[in-house]
Parts: sequence; structure tokens; C-alpha cells
Amino acid sequence: MEPKEKTGATFVDEICSIPGGEEIRLCIQCGTCTGSCPNADKMQYAPRQLFAMARAGMRDEVLSSNSMWYCASCYLCTVRCPRDIKPTDLMHVLECLASRHGLSTKKNKTPAMYETFSNLVYGTGGMPEMGLMLRYYLKTNPFKAMGMIPTAFAMIRHGRISLKARKLKPEAQRQLKAILDKAKELGGA
Amino acid sequence: MKYYTYYPGCSCEEGTATAYGMSALAVAKALDVELHELEDWNCCGSSPYNSVDELGSLCLAARNLSLAEKKGLDVVTPCSSCYIMLDRVNHHLKESPKVKAKVNEALAAGGLEYNGTVKTRHILDIFVNDVGYDAIKSKVKRNLSELKVAPYYGCQVVRPGPGFDHPENPQTMERLIESLGAKATPFPLKARCCGGSLVIPEEGVALELTYKLLENAVSNGAECIITVCPLCQVNLDIYQGKVNKKFKSNFKIPVLFFTQLMGLAFGIDNKALGFEKCVVSPDKVLAKSSTAGKGV
Repeated sequence: MEPKEKTGATFVDEICSIPGGEEIRLCIQCGTCTGSCPNADKMQYAPRQLFAMARAGMRDEVLSSNSMWYCASCYLCTVRCPRDIKPTDLMHVLECLASRHGLSTKKNKTPAMYETFSNLVYGTGGMPEMGLMLRYYLKTNPFKAMGMIPTAFAMIRHGRISLKARKLKPEAQRQLKAILDKAKELGGA
Repeated sequence: MKYYTYYPGCSCEEGTATAYGMSALAVAKALDVELHELEDWNCCGSSPYNSVDELGSLCLAARNLSLAEKKGLDVVTPCSSCYIMLDRVNHHLKESPKVKAKVNEALAAGGLEYNGTVKTRHILDIFVNDVGYDAIKSKVKRNLSELKVAPYYGCQVVRPGPGFDHPENPQTMERLIESLGAKATPFPLKARCCGGSLVIPEEGVALELTYKLLENAVSNGAECIITVCPLCQVNLDIYQGKVNKKFKSNFKIPVLFFTQLMGLAFGIDNKALGFEKCVVSPDKVLAKSSTAGKGV
């Protein structure tokens, strides 16, 4: 039995408290998720193993791993899981918990990209794709942006880059911010 | 005339997929589908927001649905990611009274509430199921009978579902392609992943998945690929050059939004369909369409 934290809640309880996490207890370790995953070979722990570790209470190993950050949300595991567990949602739950506890891996750039993405959505109510790319490369590796120059030129040439970002009306922007701030204050779903 | 609330999503509105937005609206008009854009909609947050703050992610989608609920119409979006992000709010609210209460507590801070009554739909579903294949066929003006098309579904238009087509072996677009008078090629990987937004932080991973898709489409005789998702189009089209470089391949296959192919078949002015925005030239596709007569 894993040790309970101060609140009396185990890691599995914490996972179950988030929408999409509830069904982890139903896992029978059949491995259909791993067999269906296009990126399982890139993960430190493939999905089946990751869920076994989570159920064994290996909180820090799970949350600091790179596994869930390779999930591309293709939902193939979700439609195939014989126990209706929705492993894709479970991956998102683990990402959220890793973000919340500051345990997201630094070795992969996906957590940084998602954070940049989310901050932009929070701040503008939209997703200015150019702004995302610029901010992300400045934050992680500006030199990597060099390799994107030919792609960027092709995009400009074909009118695929818009410099004007969509703006919500000020009152709509304020409304959205009030909602998202309240959601943060409520501390998770 | 059919009426819907329209949610374009960021990519189709001002981003990399404006050709999708343009062509979707042009085709909708031709099919007597009236799309009323939701006023002051916000970004759905897509998968990344959901990986950082799950309640906030539900609220982003719920605000849009709350605004749409007042109109009483189904919400239609051309973007696969927007589609599932909006749709899953309904599922979570239905499954969990606790989540419903929390989402509404947050929405109340902005003077809104959402009861979970809005139906969320993908625009492909609207065109083939509400309008129907026969009505689509009746609008065809150009002959596409020489054109071989690979239907690429990707993931989120059919998964997690349950949706309007099979989650692993969908058929909707094959029937659509035939209705337009073109030929649908076999495409075994048609509902497999392109890597999605991982193309930014993990380019190599996405390029490998995209390579497999391009190879599969081309080796089955396709002359172009059609997609239903802004991000899939980016990976298959804009990153095709990078795929060629990494895998020493020589793909030059045009990747169109399915609405561009519909518009082409309907004889809509090419300028309204945004073909110039394709990075891989679609000229050979355009050259294969003729006004000489119906291909059906």
C-alpha cells in the first residue's frame, strides 16, 4: 500500500479526482494501449507500464517521466481499450498533475510548448500561431528557429502566416479572464 | 435552407488554415447551408490547455457553448480539434454533476451558465449527413473523373467518438469523393496520426508519422490527399519538404482541404477556394478538372 499524503489521499485518488482519471482502477494490464500507440517506442515508460506504476503509487517517477508528453491525442488506445478506460484522457490527467506539481520533465520541450500555448490562450482568448512559434523558440532554443527559416519563407510566400491576431471585444476578453481566473481559484476539476 | 451556429476556430479564422475557412463557407453557401458565426467566440484551448489546467480547458469550451446555447442551433466547426474539445464538455457535464457544478461556478464569474444542451458537429458530418450525397452530386459542374484522391481522416474527426463514422475505418469521404465524380484510392493509414502539434516540440517524431502517411497514400496511387483538419494539412503539406529532406524521399503530393475539392467540383471560382495557399503546388489537380461535362 502506498503511503498516504497529509490529506489522506493517495496518488491514485488524486488521479481519480480529475475528469478522465477515474477509470485507472479498472486497468487489467492487457497492453492494448501500448500496442495501439504510435509513439510508445519514444516513451520512457510505455502506456501500460506507466499506468501500472501509477497504480503502484510511483508518483514522482510517473509525473517526471516523458511518457505522457509523447501522447499526440490520437485516441486509438481509447477506442480500443477493452475496459473503456480512455487512456488518452489519463495521459492528459498525468500532464496536468505534472504541471501542477512542477514535476514536468525538462528534457523534452513539449511541456514548455504547451505552457507557452496555454499562456497565449489565457492572455488573448485566441491562438495566434505565429506568436506561439516565436515565443516558444525564444523560450526554448532560439537557434532551433534557424532550421525553421525555409519553412517560414514558404509559409509567407503562400499566405499561410497571419500577423494580425484575432482580438475579442474588451468586454468578452474580461469575461473570459474572469471565468479562467475563477477556474484556477477552484483548483482543478 | 439549413441553419447552424458556426465556430471557425483560430486556424481557419486567422491562422494557417484560412483556405479551409474560405472554402468551407463557399461550399456551405452553394449547398444552402447557413452558418452564423458565434459572436466573440474564444479559442477552444485544444489539447495543450487540457494538459496544463483541466478545469480551465473545460471552461474555455463551455464559454463558447454557453453563448451558443442561447441561439438554440447545433454548433458546427471545420476543425477536428475544436470539434472534440467542444464535444467532450458535453460528455463530462453529463457524466459528472460535480464537474458540471464546478464549470458553472467558473462560468458564473463571467455571468454565464451552460446546461449541456448544445449539439456539437463537424462540418464534414453536416455536408454528407444533413445535406446528403445526392444533393452534393447534383451540384457537381466540373469533371474530376481522372483524379485519384486519398481521403485522410486523421484522428479527432472520428475518435474518441461515438461519432458519425467508424473510429478506425471510416467511409464518409470515400463516398463523398465518388459523389464528386473523382476516384477514391485505398488508403490503409487514413485514420492514423500525423503527430499533431508535436511537430513543434518533437519535429522528428511528427515527421516520421507524416512520412508513413505520405508513403502510404502515394504507393496506393493517390494524386492528391484531402484532409478535414487544419493541423493535419500543415503537417502533410507545409512539412512535406522537411519529410523529403529527412527521409530522402521525393513526395510532391498536393494536400487539399476536402472543402477545396468540393468547391472545385462545384465550379466555384478558384480564388474563393484559396488554392494558392497550398505549399505543395495543386496545379496538377486543377489541371485534371475540366468543365467539359459532369464526371458522374
